[in-house]
Amino acid sequence: MLNFAIETGFVLIGLAMTLNLWRLVRGPDATDRILALDTMTINAIALLVLFGVRAGSSAYFEAALILAVMGFVGTVALAKYLLRGDIIE
Amino acid sequence: MKRLLPHPALSAAIFLLWAALSNAASVGALAVGALLAVLLPAVTRRFWPDTPRLQRPGVALRLAARVALDIVVANAAVARRVLGPLSRLQPAFVEVPLDLRDPFAATILASIVSLTPGTVSIDVDQTRWVLSLHALDAPDPQALAAAIKARYEAPLKEVFAC
Amino acid sequence: MNPAVETIVSLLILVGAAFALLGSIGLARLPDFFARLHGPTKATTLGVGAMVLASSLHFSTTAPGLSLHEIAVLVFLFISAPVSAHVLAKAALHRQRRKDDR
Repeated sequence: MLNFAIETGFVLIGLAMTLNLWRLVRGPDATDRILALDTMTINAIALLVLFGVRAGSSAYFEAALILAVMGFVGTVALAKYLLRGDIIE
Repeated sequence: MKRLLPHPALSAAIFLLWAALSNAASVGALAVGALLAVLLPAVTRRFWPDTPRLQRPGVALRLAARVALDIVVANAAVARRVLGPLSRLQPAFVEVPLDLRDPFAATILASIVSLTPGTVSIDVDQTRWVLSLHALDAPDPQALAAAIKARYEAPLKEVFAC
Repeated sequence: MNPAVETIVSLLILVGAAFALLGSIGLARLPDFFARLHGPTKATTLGVGAMVLASSLHFSTTAPGLSLHEIAVLVFLFISAPVSAHVLAKAALHRQRRKDDR
């Protein structure tokens, strides 16, 4: 049952990633693209967690944590750039 | 005591976070966590604004439980709206006049509003003390503003006594 | 592994993945930027949160000792999601105003 859940999870997150990609390509504004990228990072965390459970290894966890931190910092930096035209004031 | 631990709540948060990160596996890991809990607030002390004191921990816990429940329950409602016909949605910008007069409490309120489905906070105006938010489906903006004030702002005001 | 725990873990993974997909459907489907902001900040955060919780539960029951470090990711996600939504909303408002001025 766990295997079925994990496989289905991969499919659902994969679909979600495709939709995010569509929004990333389509735009129409830079803010939409940043939002799509942010969502992709969070979905990538979900994928890593699923990989970890399937492989029975918690080594994937560190990657997920780093992705969470870097994704957040990246989103804020990009939004800040749009807001001020500068990242570090 | 005050000089050693300028922000006790922050120190406790750092210690718990470190314990979680290291799976609380050994006494050594916990000792490092305790060391960080003392050092980090001391080093970053100048960056922290004056945060108001937590007056009523019981109310804070009840508020946290209510927010957690709201996040789960109301997500289902948003799910229905996202999947249903889009023409029936009535998105609206709502302005909520605040009774809070503290930047830290206002920030927490804004975060709660963003996490509970159907609303995203957009701006906290700290001169007029107005929280502007965007609602995905708000046929009655006034009722929404009143609900947010009663449900989240009043307990927050009690917690921080501001 | 305990079958009851396995059921809970499987359910958490399925529900979490469904919510994450829902967030992305909202992102792709809703008509304007501020509406689109709703899906990813809430549904996706909750969904991935549920999956992270499932992982924590899984490793706590299969490996010796508790597996708490997933909770750190959970807490971080729930703190960072409203902040990034807030910053993005501000940026969008700023750009809209500038476009209107021109």
